[in-house]
Amino acid sequence: MTTKPNSSADNTQDRPRVLIVDDYPDAREMYAEYLDFSGFDVVEAENGMEALQRALETEPDIILMDLSLPVMDGWEATRRLKADKRTASIPVVALTGHALAGISEGAKKAGCDAFVTKPCLPEDLVKEIRKVLESQGWPKKPRRSGKYAKTIG
Amino acid sequence: MRVAVDEPIAGELPLLAARVRLLEGFVSRSEIADAAQHALAWLGRSLGVAESLCLVRPKGEASLFTVATYGISGPTLSSFSLSLDDWNNPLVAALTSNRQTFFPEARSAADRKRRPSTPLEDHAFHVVPLGANLIKDDPFGLLLVGGDAPLPLELPWFVSIFSQKLDQLLRYAALSEGDRKQGRERSLLYSIINAVTDPILLTDTEGRLLIANTRALTLFTATEEESEGRRSAVRMNNMLLSSALSSKAIEEAGATRRELLLVNPLDGSDLVFELLSTVTDDPRHGSGVVSILRNVTDLRRASEEIEENYRKMRVAEAQARAESDRLNLIIDSVADPIVVTDAAGATSLMNAPAERLFTLPHVASSLEQRWVQANDAHFSSFIAGMLVSADQRRVGEIGLFDPRTGEPMPVEAIAGKILSDHGELTAVVTILHDRREALEKARLYEQLKHGADELERRIQAATADIAQQNELLRRQAIELEQASALKSQFLANMSHEFRTPLNAMLGYTSMLLQGVAGDLEPGVKRQLGRIESNGRHLLTIINEILDISRIEAGRMPLQVSKFKIPELVNEVKAELEPIIIRSKLTLDIDLQRDLPVLTSDRQKVKQILLNLLSNALKFTHHGSVTVAARIAARDHTAMLSVTDTGIGIATADQDKIFEDFRQLDSAPTRAYGGTGLGLSICRRLAQMLDGRITVHSQVGKGSTFTLTLPIKGRR
Repeated sequence: MTTKPNSSADNTQDRPRVLIVDDYPDAREMYAEYLDFSGFDVVEAENGMEALQRALETEPDIILMDLSLPVMDGWEATRRLKADKRTASIPVVALTGHALAGISEGAKKAGCDAFVTKPCLPEDLVKEIRKVLESQGWPKKPRRSGKYAKTIG
Repeated sequence: MRVAVDEPIAGELPLLAARVRLLEGFVSRSEIADAAQHALAWLGRSLGVAESLCLVRPKGEASLFTVATYGISGPTLSSFSLSLDDWNNPLVAALTSNRQTFFPEARSAADRKRRPSTPLEDHAFHVVPLGANLIKDDPFGLLLVGGDAPLPLELPWFVSIFSQKLDQLLRYAALSEGDRKQGRERSLLYSIINAVTDPILLTDTEGRLLIANTRALTLFTATEEESEGRRSAVRMNNMLLSSALSSKAIEEAGATRRELLLVNPLDGSDLVFELLSTVTDDPRHGSGVVSILRNVTDLRRASEEIEENYRKMRVAEAQARAESDRLNLIIDSVADPIVVTDAAGATSLMNAPAERLFTLPHVASSLEQRWVQANDAHFSSFIAGMLVSADQRRVGEIGLFDPRTGEPMPVEAIAGKILSDHGELTAVVTILHDRREALEKARLYEQLKHGADELERRIQAATADIAQQNELLRRQAIELEQASALKSQFLANMSHEFRTPLNAMLGYTSMLLQGVAGDLEPGVKRQLGRIESNGRHLLTIINEILDISRIEAGRMPLQVSKFKIPELVNEVKAELEPIIIRSKLTLDIDLQRDLPVLTSDRQKVKQILLNLLSNALKFTHHGSVTVAARIAARDHTAMLSVTDTGIGIATADQDKIFEDFRQLDSAPTRAYGGTGLGLSICRRLAQMLDGRITVHSQVGKGSTFTLTLPIKGRR
């Protein structure tokens, strides 16, 4: 149902919510714009600390986590998310430009469910997100009150 | 006396016993004096005659001699004798008249004149003539019986018996005087020949033994009681002697010396005798042979011993001479001069090397003479010093000269005194040792040591240099390592930094092309397409550079797992699906059935296969591309190949395509995309997997690239 781009704002309850964490605004906003375009409800965060806060606030269905982040890096943030009962079940897709060996290992250890290497075209990212969500049993029944309505800014 | 025997008287038995005693005494006595003494003693004990004396006239004598006395003592006794010529002596008268006479005791000097002087002195005495046959012959003796009592009744018997005994003895003495003389001589002769230790024999002409001394008897006679061995030895000796003495043998040899070998009957040993035989002619007894055997056994042994000793002496002498020769040889063979000097300082022996120093050659120049004299003088003064000193040994240096060259020749002289058993000096032995060589050696050693020191100094310098170089190299190595690490880090960082903006660029381009911002004019869309393809090219370049730097930095670890080839091929096919569709080429997948599970690094195998397939699609304009998989069970390898019908590669170029940044078309505007790093990376990855990539190609017909891998790669 969300395979087609859908710009209608009142449809947010059926749209999976993605928390995208990246300190590079161009990349973050690009993915956010395309995800919104692709029918996702998008929440953004600039660093690990903010990501933890946003995750608790917005209860995303999936978190897209860049690993190199200021304040608190992606590994630490993922560990904390996975350590917190409230957020432990949210799948985390690690996203990094570091292609060196050992990065993906570290990400897995920190609790990441999938790993995507930048550069990653927006459509490839969406494909990966859908794959992870489907493995989680998506689409799920609506569960939110809709108090948090996101619009791309 | 007949009366005495015939008339039985009282006390007959004691009388008979006394008579028997007298007779028994006579039986054992053969000397006149002895028998007479016995008789007078019997008179004294049996008839109570206290004093008595017996005078006897031996045959042919004109005097009476005292042969026995009893109970008389006095100075006249021993020499009392009576000459028959003294007619006036009443005793002589009594003898010649054969008449018993009584002389009473002399009481005065006148009485004494009337009676004879006897050892009985003034005592009264009877004179009784003694004779065996007084009727026919004159008496041969007188018995003087002391006392004035009448003569005892038994006296006539006694006189008769005594006279007969004396007569017998006197006759015997007179008769055997000649024979006894002969017997004495004979016994003396026997004593003499018995005293001779050599056997002496007298044999008759028939060889029968007449006389033999004791030594000869042991050799030639044996009694029946003696052992069989001795008897047979004696028999043999007799045979040997007989044959030696046979007249023939004597004639042949003459009365000379011969050797006779006999057996010693006592111990069976051989005895060697020298036999001296002489024939004696006796007109009365006929001729005989006197043989004297001289025992030469010991003599012969002694002579043999002397010969043996002489031989030994000769051998010893020869040995001593050989010893001396050998000693001379040894001394001569010693390279060092050796000089033996006697106690007076004169040279008694020197070896050849010493002779060269101290004696002049046959033809000597005056110069040589001078050197030899100088040597002599120096050596003599050394020896003189040695002789006067009390030292047993002395070591000193003497400055000699080589007589041939006149070259100074310092020698070390070691001298030792040789003392006799009594501690007297007999000789001085001096050994001279040429010091030239030692001095030269010392000099060379000094040089060598200097050289060694220099060498050591240089080695130390070189070692220090090497240590410095090593330190430098070590630092350089560290620096290189650091530089390499920095390079890898830099490349990693750079690729990150490159990709972050590139990511945004590609992302937005893609979004625009997808119409996120609304529909686009065809011209704009075409221009965006250019941006996208160039961006992708840039990304590929960045990725490949990163790969190479990672491989070179060893930062691309193997992640070995088990996987199935068909799945991998399908994945690769799916990833390249858009390009395949665009290329309008046929893609054939030709997999052998029952392919085994591969154990290798899946990601790297996939990367290689992706590269090979994308290359094939890129360089093939029409025709087909085939991906095939085969197993060579023999060497446990799997072969993944990609075959195309593309442009192909000339044989000469087939190695170059694996080099870095290599495309055959090296023009700036290349007809084909790609960095030229792809095959280079593939080959490196294949090597990491213990595999290899090979190519078969013909220009214009196509190429086959084959990846050969072990089915079970190492972990």
